[in-house]
Amino acid sequence: MKTVKVNIVTPDGSVYDSEVTMVIAKTTSGEIGVLAGHIPMVAPLAIGAVKLKKADGTTEVAAVSGGFIEVRPEKISILAPSAEVAASIDIARAKEALARAEGRLQKKQDDIDFKRAELSLNRAMNRINVHEGNI
Amino acid sequence: MVNLREIKGRINSTKSTKQITKAMQMVSSSKLRRAEQNAKAYVPYMEKIQEVVGAIAAGTKDSGHPMLMSRPVKKTAYLVIGSDSGLAGAYNSSILREVQNTIIKRHKSTDEYVILAVGRVVRDYFVKRGHNVIADVIGLPDQPSFADIKEIARNAVGMFIDGTYDELYMYYNHFVSAIQNEVTVKKVLPLTDIAPSSNDASYEFEPSGEAILEVLLPQYAESLIYGAILDGKASEHSARMTAMKNATDNANDLIADLSLQYNRARQAAITQEITEIVGGAAALE
Repeated sequence: MKTVKVNIVTPDGSVYDSEVTMVIAKTTSGEIGVLAGHIPMVAPLAIGAVKLKKADGTTEVAAVSGGFIEVRPEKISILAPSAEVAASIDIARAKEALARAEGRLQKKQDDIDFKRAELSLNRAMNRINVHEGNI
Repeated sequence: MVNLREIKGRINSTKSTKQITKAMQMVSSSKLRRAEQNAKAYVPYMEKIQEVVGAIAAGTKDSGHPMLMSRPVKKTAYLVIGSDSGLAGAYNSSILREVQNTIIKRHKSTDEYVILAVGRVVRDYFVKRGHNVIADVIGLPDQPSFADIKEIARNAVGMFIDGTYDELYMYYNHFVSAIQNEVTVKKVLPLTDIAPSSNDASYEFEPSGEAILEVLLPQYAESLIYGAILDGKASEHSARMTAMKNATDNANDLIADLSLQYNRARQAAITQEITEIVGGAAALE
């Protein structure tokens, strides 16, 4: 099967760079699967997992918190404020963040704090899910 | 006659100062190396985002997105990036002078501008002079990650969108080389000078160009700020390294001078003693 180069870049450097056959990402308007040779496309990403299917049949997963995906026929780039592949997720930190966010959500504060807590809850859940492999 | 013990004391204290400045110089030079690496790791992200923003902005002209539109300026914001501690030569003072001059030139009253300060020195300077500092970050680590600066970047962009101010300038020291950096002014918002990128791939937008700009532009502005802070950090370490190198060199000169003085004084004392002994012996004959 044809492969395409995928690069996940964050401001702290590149976190993933490899050849894959298919990328499945969660955009704000729903999940998309991209194969090699796709027409150029840009889409904003939701907080979620990105699945990277490799030629040998294995699948790698990365947790991405927002950003966007840029698709070109020969190359796919994902630019996100933060992203980790499953193996390098700091699970203790994610669990901590989850607890903190839950605490904040229970204390019904004003709108902005509420939204922020919700977002960080989503990010933490996403990291934990990706780490534990239940996506 | 110069007091021998006094000179000896000065030599010793200069020596211990030199040890400290030398150590600080070495620390800064290793931090500089790390900072340079960080700045380098950041380049691909910045280039990519610039390219995509350029392509989209060129494709969706007159999108009317508030971050792309110049509006009448009622209030200007200055994001000033400096350091937390001193001992970095002219690193902070050259930036502060530049900002202060600009403010005096452009504004008549303190209602016309606000300051966003990065670094303790910067904040203290503007607070002391009665400027309106509406946001500050202090205690940034030497190698800041994006998470460390997300707060200030998001605030800076958010306050532009909600109309707290109508334009945002960024002042920082651009790292030219290990021995040179220059004060740089960059207009961050509104994003009027996005260069249309050269790649002519016409993108499909999913769901729409406007929806993507909504996500992309804040991310772009935040990454501009992050880039400037990384650049500023590299300059800070290089400025501190140079300052400490100068201090060490000066200490060496001083020690050489004092040693010469000390030896002269000691020799003078010996000569005098001999003269006295010889004089005493001659008187006995």
